[in-house]
Amino acid sequence: MTPDVALIVPLPVLLPLLGATVTVVGSRSPALQRVVGIVTLTSVAVLAGVLLVVADRRGPVVAQLGGWAPPVGIALVADRLSALLLLVSTLVTLAVLVYAIDQRIADYGRGTASTTFHPMYLMLSAGVSLAYLTGDLFTLFVAFELMLTASYVLITRRTSASKIRAGMTYVTVSLLSSLLFLTAIALVYAATGTVNLADLAGRIALLPAGLETVLGLMLLVVFGIKAAMVPLHLWLPDSYPNAPGPVAALFAGLLTKVGFYAMLRTQTLLFHRDEPWNLLLVLAVATMLVGALGALAQNDLNRLLSFLLVSHIGFMLFGLAVFNAAGVSGAALYAAHHITVLATLFLISGLITRRTGTVALDQMGGLLRTAPALAVLYAIAALTLAGVPPTAGFVAKLALLQSGVAVGPWPTIVAGVVVVASLLTLYALARVWVRVFWGEAVAPLLDDDPDDEVVVGTANTPAAMYAATGGLVAVSLAIAVFAGPLSAVTGRAGVDLLEREPYLVAVLGAQS
Amino acid sequence: MITVNATMALTIAVLFATGFYLLLQRSLMRVLIGVVVLGHGTNLLLQLAGGPPAAPPILGTVPAEAIGDPLPQALALTAVVITFALTTFLLALGYRAFVLVGHDEVQDDIEDRRIGTQSLPTASLADPDDEVDEAADDDVESQAGR
Repeated sequence: MTPDVALIVPLPVLLPLLGATVTVVGSRSPALQRVVGIVTLTSVAVLAGVLLVVADRRGPVVAQLGGWAPPVGIALVADRLSALLLLVSTLVTLAVLVYAIDQRIADYGRGTASTTFHPMYLMLSAGVSLAYLTGDLFTLFVAFELMLTASYVLITRRTSASKIRAGMTYVTVSLLSSLLFLTAIALVYAATGTVNLADLAGRIALLPAGLETVLGLMLLVVFGIKAAMVPLHLWLPDSYPNAPGPVAALFAGLLTKVGFYAMLRTQTLLFHRDEPWNLLLVLAVATMLVGALGALAQNDLNRLLSFLLVSHIGFMLFGLAVFNAAGVSGAALYAAHHITVLATLFLISGLITRRTGTVALDQMGGLLRTAPALAVLYAIAALTLAGVPPTAGFVAKLALLQSGVAVGPWPTIVAGVVVVASLLTLYALARVWVRVFWGEAVAPLLDDDPDDEVVVGTANTPAAMYAATGGLVAVSLAIAVFAGPLSAVTGRAGVDLLEREPYLVAVLGAQS
Repeated sequence: MITVNATMALTIAVLFATGFYLLLQRSLMRVLIGVVVLGHGTNLLLQLAGGPPAAPPILGTVPAEAIGDPLPQALALTAVVITFALTTFLLALGYRAFVLVGHDEVQDDIEDRRIGTQSLPTASLADPDDEVDEAADDDVESQAGR
């Protein structure tokens, strides 16, 4: 018997928390902060990889915190889905940290240490890990709070008037969703007397159908706000573009997907259904179309990407709405691909802004000649997001489409909308290509706020910023290259999610 | 199944209604108070989920069936701490807004407004106050170009 793997399940949460503490204590030494941040995230990525392999071979790994057996104690569960998303998220977090360090965002480019950036960054990572791993509804709430509180600080750091405005919207909407989540937890507890997810799975099924629907819809709204599902998406294109490049990339990559993961987990585990969920199908269509059409109207590069982000949340909602193993596994694969590619695009947008000094599409041009490397990175990332074969986006989208067409007439129609939304995405991204990379070279705008943390309008870009972005592009390409084994893993994850049995047995023991 | 105390239910309903009303206001101070009130409502709801008042959960002092459910209190305590921390943060944010902008009202998204009015110039070509519109538009554009 090998050493107990369950021991490493809490580490993806504990290591970043420890790292956050060290970076606060060592806030006088920027070098120490950087090393701690990178070492911590690298170790978490390795651990997540181990968890994924173990969970895939032997089924869910469960750690009982404090030795209390569930349903009394809190359980951390790493199954295929959570380990996969944890791995991808940590890789993205690591790449964005390298990028942010080289952009010198942490110290506002002044060479001094910061007491907020590194601790909050690691805290956010801890919250994300906890959200993926927890097997307890209330701990999920705590994880969201950990993650969101860190994100509030990151989005309002070094505030200017525009950031305050965006920060207000973001914080208020997130707080509202948190309070609604708490309300939902109270109602769930009042109805069932437990907050353990595995225990809830059995008990919610015993409730009257009406009550079950109410609880399911409340959780859908809560996670819908966090995942930016139309019509609950309005806060996102308003706030993300105002965050500094790497922070926006991190948020775009992780936060909404954690919301979607929570939705996927709770809906499949607690509110099991045997046929497609028509309400969510409609919402998925609305999300895809509103996002894609909204993106077409934008002139601000970051806002355009934010709308595309919203649009592609709809793709994942579609996978969940189909509610069969193929759909859910397609959604999981899509989430892994989406985390990577959206973070990449926001980082590229940061690089473009650094060079041109603006985010306004009509004020730049000719970057193909002045920054060919950037053009290559953008082209790959854009084609991946649009889902052009043979990229990762195509693989993930194909999985979704196949799951939808197999089920019935309505999902088939929605699958058609998926194709339309993909084409609109391609159009929006091609528009960016024409405006930014083709045409006459435009002189970069001067930095209108030299004191601000982001240096713009300079051709001098640290190589590591390119390296970090290139690393993420490589992860995207790896998803495409290893699509076979990867979709096999998500396929098994999808079957697990809908059967529920492996999860329940792993958490509650064989008696369930 | 828990029977709900009508007074508690009414109190929670009023707190939720007041909280949501205040959340819809423009001033961040009112939003803040709304969040606080809503937080109270939620915490009371958590308490209510634990059932009617009962003996403290200490083994050996009272028979086991007289003991109240301690879990909702633990949950509410965690939630109180979190709400408290976020209230403080929101307060600081409101103050910062007051220092930077001069008031704490949540403003419209400039870029969103600009895009919303984008189709108007063709329609308002004959409009005499078009000049004013364009000037405003330029102003907005220069801000959006940051």
